[in-house]
Amino acid sequence: MTGLLGSGTTDFVGDALDLQVQVDAIGLGAVFALMAVGIGLVFGVLRLVNFAYGQLIMAGAFALAFASDRDWPVGLGIALCFGVVLALSLAMERVVFRPLRTQSGAVMLIATFAVSFLLQSIALLWFGPLGKTATSLVALNRPVSVGDVEIRKITVVAIVTTAICLALLVLLLNRTSIGLHMRAASMDFSTARLLGVRANMVSGVAVLISGVLAAVVAVMLTVQYPTVTPTFALQETIIVLAGVVVGGMTRLLSATLGGFLIGYVSGLLGGALPTAQSQYLPSFLFGLVILVLLVRPDGLFTRHRGLVERV
Amino acid sequence: MSGSRAVQHVLAPAALVVAAALLGSTVSRSTEIYFISALVSVSVVVALYTFVGNSGVLSFGHISFFAVGVWAAGVLSVPAEEKPATMPYLFDFLSSTTVGNVPSLAIAAAAGGAFALLVGLPLMRLSGLAAGIATFAVLGITNNILRYYEKIGPGLNTFSSVPETTDLFQATVGALLAIVAAFAYQRSRFGRQLRATREDPPAARAVGISIYRQRLGAFALSGFLAGFAGGLYVHFLPINADAVYLDLTFITLAMLVIGGATSLWGAVVGALAVSALDSFLASAENGVDVLGRTIEVPSGTRIVVVSALMALVLILRPNGLTGGREFSFERLARRLHPAAQEAAR
Repeated sequence: MTGLLGSGTTDFVGDALDLQVQVDAIGLGAVFALMAVGIGLVFGVLRLVNFAYGQLIMAGAFALAFASDRDWPVGLGIALCFGVVLALSLAMERVVFRPLRTQSGAVMLIATFAVSFLLQSIALLWFGPLGKTATSLVALNRPVSVGDVEIRKITVVAIVTTAICLALLVLLLNRTSIGLHMRAASMDFSTARLLGVRANMVSGVAVLISGVLAAVVAVMLTVQYPTVTPTFALQETIIVLAGVVVGGMTRLLSATLGGFLIGYVSGLLGGALPTAQSQYLPSFLFGLVILVLLVRPDGLFTRHRGLVERV
Repeated sequence: MSGSRAVQHVLAPAALVVAAALLGSTVSRSTEIYFISALVSVSVVVALYTFVGNSGVLSFGHISFFAVGVWAAGVLSVPAEEKPATMPYLFDFLSSTTVGNVPSLAIAAAAGGAFALLVGLPLMRLSGLAAGIATFAVLGITNNILRYYEKIGPGLNTFSSVPETTDLFQATVGALLAIVAAFAYQRSRFGRQLRATREDPPAARAVGISIYRQRLGAFALSGFLAGFAGGLYVHFLPINADAVYLDLTFITLAMLVIGGATSLWGAVVGALAVSALDSFLASAENGVDVLGRTIEVPSGTRIVVVSALMALVLILRPNGLTGGREFSFERLARRLHPAAQEAAR
């Protein structure tokens, strides 16, 4: 890893500012932001870090591959993807999250860790290590030239979809009574229950929305990576989880920004690191994560909360 | 806590390990492998317990200390004449040095401990989710570097020609050493202070305990034990960087949680119980005779069963099979004869 700060530094900055790299990095950031919302929403209501989120996406991707194997129309494939992911999310909520609601965060995290491995190993048993291919939407991966920059259609689709999803979510949270209930539950679950918020309803809806987002992400990721294996979206989930914690899990906005930021930064690093160093990209990324956590353990975008609570 | 009851706390797990070893010495060579693997698992899980169990802080990073132990012992044990062929890019001092079995285990432990201390110095200031993610990040970085940095090891290749010295005897001694070290630590004033911070951090701070220092000490000790276990492992099986990443992190955490994370007894019971189940399923993947009938399950079933079991234990018994308590004859007797307990009242 020598020579990183040597003569390469100016190239590094130059590459990072390159428009092409910027566009790709923003596209990646948009997808990661959606995943961050899915993870952050469930965390807000249930105080549960869902490590198995990536396997929801993986299941959706397999549904798409299944449909493309049988030459189903694109719409039907996407519908199947949504159906599978939503059914799986609700099952997960009912069987795992709900019984564990009173347990500590660590127990819940390990439980979702187990669920994640369970789903991965079921996929391995079912589809084998090489997986399947989802090809019906690959056309979106073709680039369009705008000036000097080659923008892949999926980048535009990702950015627009993310914007629409986020706008709809903001409307839901701020303009509907279920949104109000969810916000109340995320501030103080037990007080919200005392005031008549139905706990199962709220957590069900949070998991459902997070499932919808997982299905959307599944569609967008399979366009870019059509080969669907049991470890599909695993690496991305780990990085988004780190991003969400770096941004700050206590508020949905800070979690989302954290997700976007880590996607953007990994896009930049991926585009700007010299080839010899690019295999160490995860190390750079995780190193940054550790640094940020040491400086701001509560998250980059959280407000300072003053003294420690509950002493 | 009386002395005699405390002795139970180390004798019971040790007896269980010895029993497993004795059972392992009666079986065929091909089955013995499973017993050795189970005993090495005991060492890893006890190492993990030393930090996670006593501090109550989750660590996803311990397999990185294990991996450092694997690399240290592996690279230094390969005979010098074979190194240029299997690991051509090694640093000169690594390439020219070869050590014996026991020194390589000591170096593995020292490397694991030193790395844990180095990592812990900044990281032990964190707690909760931030600590979990930061330890995960350490695991990611370690795996990434071991995978591609060929000056310190075989990179993506599998370790080859490491002398296979970890037999049933060494694995047993290793597990016993780890148990004794963990027991000595948890009985020491440091161990007690750390457990106090687990139960009630503000109260512990109020009586003058430095949470940071106690956690750091336990983290370094458990990194030391994990490195040692890594040394044992590389002398047992040819392994590569993939073998010391997420899957192993998951399975060792599963063992600890299924057994009961807050007791040494739980760590040992969990490691042996999950290993037994895993070995049974592994042989069932090749077809196994149970009561005269041949059972064959598709390969890959093991991890499905183990992860389902882990989720189930967490939902039904969040404190694990042992309830997270140390072994006690009195409780066992009471459990077996509830009537005697009534009479004693």
